[in-house]
Amino acid sequence: MALKRRTRTLLYRVTMYVVFFAVVAAVALSINWQRAIPQFFNLEVAAKLFPDIILIGLRNTILFTLIAFTGGVLLGIILALMKLSSIGLFRWVATGWIELFRGLPALLTIFSVAFIVPIVFGWKVPGGPVGAGLLGLILVASAYIAEVIRSGIQAVPKGQTEAARSLGMSPMKTMFWIILPQGFRIIIPPMTNELVLLLKDTSLVFIAGSFIWSKELTTFARDANSANANATPLIVAALLYLVVTIPLTRFTAWLERRMAKER
Amino acid sequence: MSTDLIDVHAPAIQVQGLVKAYGDNVVLKGIDLTVLSGEVVCIIGPSGSGKSTMLRSVNLLETPTDGRILVEGIDITDPETDIDRVRQRIGMVFQSFNLFPHLSVLDNLTVAQRRVKKRSKDEAERVAREMLGRVGLAEKADAFPSHLSGGQQQRVAIARALCMNPDMMLFDEPTSALDPELVGEVLQVMRTLADEGMTMLVVTHEMGFAREVGSRLIFMDGGYILEQGDPREVLSNPQHARTQDFLARVL
Repeated sequence: MALKRRTRTLLYRVTMYVVFFAVVAAVALSINWQRAIPQFFNLEVAAKLFPDIILIGLRNTILFTLIAFTGGVLLGIILALMKLSSIGLFRWVATGWIELFRGLPALLTIFSVAFIVPIVFGWKVPGGPVGAGLLGLILVASAYIAEVIRSGIQAVPKGQTEAARSLGMSPMKTMFWIILPQGFRIIIPPMTNELVLLLKDTSLVFIAGSFIWSKELTTFARDANSANANATPLIVAALLYLVVTIPLTRFTAWLERRMAKER
Repeated sequence: MSTDLIDVHAPAIQVQGLVKAYGDNVVLKGIDLTVLSGEVVCIIGPSGSGKSTMLRSVNLLETPTDGRILVEGIDITDPETDIDRVRQRIGMVFQSFNLFPHLSVLDNLTVAQRRVKKRSKDEAERVAREMLGRVGLAEKADAFPSHLSGGQQQRVAIARALCMNPDMMLFDEPTSALDPELVGEVLQVMRTLADEGMTMLVVTHEMGFAREVGSRLIFMDGGYILEQGDPREVLSNPQHARTQDFLARVL
């Protein structure tokens, strides 16, 4: 006799949960906990990291992210407007810039700014290795953010421009008061994405060189890893990244919901 | 500057030999039209006849391929003309309302007053509330456009245009996107405007409005003005075969 539809659905559900927990259990059992715990979850090593991992590592990660994001957004707006310009030269320069810094690995861009620019141009970025690392990060961020902003501007219906221009607003005023405010709402989700990616990319700044005071989370943890011959700092750093990124994405989701209500 | 010299005796709108082509597709094939101050000119015609393109050319949302357009004597097709200044004198109402969704109704009405006319916040809000009252929506000042019905949105759009104190108003199928029961409230606002002497150019499918409010009716088809005259005359006794054919289908 065929099972009732509801019974069948229930059976599928139960099976799914059973399989899921079986896989989790299998993974947990196959871990060699005797070796893993002292190597990765050593509380003594973990305790020694504080407070410096917060005061230096986390602080620099957040600081670098904010600086690179601010620079990236400012440059990104200019690049996006250039790419949408009716002037061919602007479009051409913006497209070249975006393709270059989006196409290169971030590590290579930061390395180039720090070590190739001084050789080729005989000019060093102010702020030493940290300044060079941040500039490299800003270049990378600007390319990605420019594309996000451009897509946001283009997602605003054409009727909005027509209505604003019909009221006598100039192209500049229309962009600033009507199009950009709407575009920025549209791009909140992809912009959060860029912010989280950027936060993680701050771990590449070290390639330009670093000082004890300028280490961000990953570099701080890797150095602590070497110093202690123990991988616990990497786990602590990983948790600290999540402590920042998860509230950030939650906050954005809330912001998105609130703005959706307003429209 | 040429835009400062308004010839008060010039017709509100003069369209001379207007041609508009998109590549090989010629939408307007030589339009001549003069609208005098205080006239309410309604334009009817089948879709694709070029009526919306013609209307949109009058405030240069469409750039003419050939011909001249003069607004109060100012040649807006002259590249030297400051079109932003001329547009302040021409109110435009769209089929899809095009209110600014990120701004409250009040801000929709004040943004251009403040950024273009450089009015103070207080002055702009005073004008905005006055115009909202004229369209019967004084109590909606703090609402957002998405919370309004289509008819209310279109009335706000009309009020927004009026805030710039235009000398004339262009309406591009203002009731075509509305549910039937909401058409009346918008037409009523337009009728009041007409009664107050506003110069109006209206692309519409509302034959009743054209008949009762219009001072002149224009029939367009295939990029030409085929027939024009007193609305009652054109509607009841069309001369051109295409007009007869069109009216037989819509009436």
